[in-house]
Amino acid sequence: MKVAVVDSGGANIASVCFALQRLGVDAELTGDAAVIVRAERVILPGVGAAAPAMARLRELDLVQTLRELTVPLLGICLGMQLLFEASDEGDTPCLGLLRGRVTLLPDAPGVRIPHMGWNTLQPLRAVSLLAGIDACAQAYFVHSYAAPVSTDCIAACDHGQRFAAMVQRGNVAGAQFHPERSASTGARVLRNFLEKGLA
Amino acid sequence: MLSRRLIPCLDVRDGVVVKGVRFRDHVVVGAIEELALRYRDQGADELVFYDITASPEQRTVDRHWVQRVARLIDIPFCVAGGIRSVADARAVLHAGADKISVNTPALERPELIDELAAVFGVQCVVVGIDSLRDGDGEWRVRQYSGDPSRTCAPGVRTLDWLREVQQRGAGEIVLNCMGTDGVRAGYDLAQLQAARALCRVPLVASGGAGAMAHFAEVFANADVDAALAASVFHSGEIAIPALKTYLADRGITVRPVESDDATR
Repeated sequence: MKVAVVDSGGANIASVCFALQRLGVDAELTGDAAVIVRAERVILPGVGAAAPAMARLRELDLVQTLRELTVPLLGICLGMQLLFEASDEGDTPCLGLLRGRVTLLPDAPGVRIPHMGWNTLQPLRAVSLLAGIDACAQAYFVHSYAAPVSTDCIAACDHGQRFAAMVQRGNVAGAQFHPERSASTGARVLRNFLEKGLA
Repeated sequence: MLSRRLIPCLDVRDGVVVKGVRFRDHVVVGAIEELALRYRDQGADELVFYDITASPEQRTVDRHWVQRVARLIDIPFCVAGGIRSVADARAVLHAGADKISVNTPALERPELIDELAAVFGVQCVVVGIDSLRDGDGEWRVRQYSGDPSRTCAPGVRTLDWLREVQQRGAGEIVLNCMGTDGVRAGYDLAQLQAARALCRVPLVASGGAGAMAHFAEVFANADVDAALAASVFHSGEIAIPALKTYLADRGITVRPVESDDATR
């Protein structure tokens, strides 16, 4: 299977590629639109801040390519946030593939930001991406901004407030957590994405 | 609900994992990859690798083993040791580490924290603080603690430094309480409580774990987000699955140990 990992400049790209290798897939790390449109699955990783990440996608001339993609696209962490209309982080316009705005998680007594560590996924819809993920499964999160629980949310999570842990609409999906660093739960999500796409 | 994390700490010297008592007299514990995988399978929530000689020897961490670990394990890991520039940090992060931890170089040049946070985001930037109580009762930071012959006290109060590193962009703080490190008599609750009161980002307790009760104590009484330990895990005295059961029984939220490794 041809899998393209978008070279979005984030620091977790190696980890994502290694996770795919553990599943037997040699993904192509690329910033080339021609490679991305020929792939059967596209993964948009990202660690860092929204504004430089979007600048990088514009620089690579990938914004339109990602918007017009028809094959399954999975955004990871910041990569998921970029799928939305905009992010409050640096007041950044994003890809607009999903409705809504990414906002800063509020801190509160006992609620530390960044949200860092293992937290419980709350599956909301029976989709193939969540196949085999049981209701108490935990995933590894590291982020300060988050997307709202909208109709596109397929799994929620709680940290001071409820936010979208996973989203899916049409050929586009996202995981706020790091599947590449979420042990068996994360491996299962990646394998579902590779094997089943976004049914 | 967010789980409290258990973090085995692997001190790396010359490419192998070592352990000392009170930062001295190191003995070899095992190979890096073997230990990384074992802890992953036991349900460790995260790993920290300290290249303990990098800073005293004025060199950066060896990124080859970082990449080997990144290929092997599917839990997050942090790498510390001699990261003194954005370029050093980039090399380690691009090799596959999830976070980088800075200690001595941040004391030498505090702006390093701002630079790292600006480039990689605060979530990648961990600041390690080695701290010891002085004769006057004040906690102060230590520098170059990987090498006893060079360890020194720059005179900075631990709690002042804790405040400053957060302002500069630390996304997590590991407080190594050197007075309790390696002696297995429990974490330094008083110091960790004082740190917690000032710490708005995740706080990791380090130094002193000797029994399961010490972990329950530090989570319940110092409200830390994670507890780091080395000796008790390396020796097998405390097995992580048993520790997680113990903590869960006491109402502390932990990630259950995965029984199904078939998906790997």
